[in-house]
Amino acid sequence: MKEIRIHGRGGQGSVTAAELLAVAAFDDGKYSQAFPAFGVERRGAPVMAFVRLDNKPIRLRSQIYEPDYVIVQDATLVDVVDVGRGAKPDGIILINTEKKPEDFKLETTAAIKTLDATKLAMDFIGKPIVNTTLIGAFAGVSGLIRPESIKNAVIERFPGKVGERNAQAIQAAYDLMEEQR
Amino acid sequence: MRNRMVVVEGSFAVAHAVKVSRPHVISAYPITPQTHIVEDLAQFAADGEMNCEYMNVESEFSAISALIGASAAGARTYSSTTSQGLALMHEALFNASGMRLPIIMTVVNRALSAPINIWNDQQDSISQRDTGWIQLYAEDVQESADTIPQLYKIAEDPDILLPAMTCMDGFILSHVYEPVILLEQSLTDEFLPRYSPEIVLDPKNPMSFGAFADPSTYTEFRYKQEKAMAVALNRIEEVANEFNDVYGRYYGGLIDGYLLDDAEIVIMAMGSVIGTIKDAIDELRSEGESIGLLKVRSFRPFPADAIKKAIKNAKVVITLDKNISIGKNEGALCTEVKACLYNTDFRVPVIGFMIGFGGRDIPISMIRNLVTKAKLVEKGIFVESEIVDLREDLA
Repeated sequence: MKEIRIHGRGGQGSVTAAELLAVAAFDDGKYSQAFPAFGVERRGAPVMAFVRLDNKPIRLRSQIYEPDYVIVQDATLVDVVDVGRGAKPDGIILINTEKKPEDFKLETTAAIKTLDATKLAMDFIGKPIVNTTLIGAFAGVSGLIRPESIKNAVIERFPGKVGERNAQAIQAAYDLMEEQR
Repeated sequence: MRNRMVVVEGSFAVAHAVKVSRPHVISAYPITPQTHIVEDLAQFAADGEMNCEYMNVESEFSAISALIGASAAGARTYSSTTSQGLALMHEALFNASGMRLPIIMTVVNRALSAPINIWNDQQDSISQRDTGWIQLYAEDVQESADTIPQLYKIAEDPDILLPAMTCMDGFILSHVYEPVILLEQSLTDEFLPRYSPEIVLDPKNPMSFGAFADPSTYTEFRYKQEKAMAVALNRIEEVANEFNDVYGRYYGGLIDGYLLDDAEIVIMAMGSVIGTIKDAIDELRSEGESIGLLKVRSFRPFPADAIKKAIKNAKVVITLDKNISIGKNEGALCTEVKACLYNTDFRVPVIGFMIGFGGRDIPISMIRNLVTKAKLVEKGIFVESEIVDLREDLA
């Protein structure tokens, strides 16, 4: 089983990102489970969402404490939330930022990978909504989900031009991060 | 089976199951974490996907009252609520059962105030234990959905005619996205017959429902509700099997077991924690522990005989309760299990742990700790019942 924790701020689509990952992974032949950190959501407040992926049906219902992957939608969260908390020693922390991995001092041995998802989202989607771009990057960095499945899930959820633009951003993020796998 | 599955939110799967059960009247009042179910149903009704009267009301008390009227007039009815909303319905819940109205309701389990808390435990539905409603608890999203047509079939049985709650853990099941099979309309039509009650409110044949019973008859009304529950005890098993015949899925009728037959340690629980317990049991079994799970699906009627038979080889029984009877220091499952063993010659120690109040998470490590604690019984150290996982700085 692989476990993923997504950090974001209320309104950035963390729960949607988790849902889309679960849909895409299932289409890819895996079993999946996505759920929010059940909080009292407020726009801008730090929020979390979780995803589990496995080759067999998932029964476990607890929150995720030792994620294999952490996705950080907003680098300003690093100052307020311990995004590396519990991450597996050989895990990966993917941060949306202009900065380089070595610019982050986290108390973890998990590998830090960075990507300017905001720029990609602006280029392809025209809005600083990075959740879909980041799950494309996650697919690239993890190799766990095919980019086609992510794109299909996004196009189904957001039909028409919006979905197409998101799909382009996903592919671009995937290609960038696949090189770093 | 995989190719029929889709990844949807638990609430959507439940709303869909309600839709294909073809209710005539739905009335509900939105409250976290039940909201998504009634939003989805309102959407289905607005889009013309259901031929159903969706009644917006100003409170849960009105919602259940509206359904009492609709059900008495012969309609198949549905509502959903949680926590304070269910508590507000309390008075009318007795009316529904006393008038023998097979109303179906999804309780999305949530803690009760005060202090206010929107997260999961099962104090809300457990506190309605004696209202005369059937109560089934679901382990996952698929079961939460599949239980809906099962309950209509059970509740509407002319020999039962009791209202019924299907209980699903708030957020943990209502807000999770996972693969499920959305109930097929064709199979549901095959499984669930139309509701055609014999006794209904009818202007051509006026009558009163639940009007008045003096001491000369009231006792017999209660007796007949109890008799109906006894019928339900058998019918829940039968309907679970009938459901399996049509849809190919089975969750146990009254109870279900996991690696139970030879287990010396038996964990008993209800609801979504079942899945986590199964994973914990797999770990403990691989370490040589003789341990199994008894899932209690039906809390009312309480399957005392089935439970006694299922745990007859156990050396110790652990009950997990997401509720407490304050002043008794026990959860309801613990109390019931102990009570059903008393007039027998089977004296297995029953240890009650109360966990997961107000949304406190239950990881595998906690289940393992509780098993370790329960094994102290072998050394003669006996814990009756306690709230566990307390914070030292607050307790």
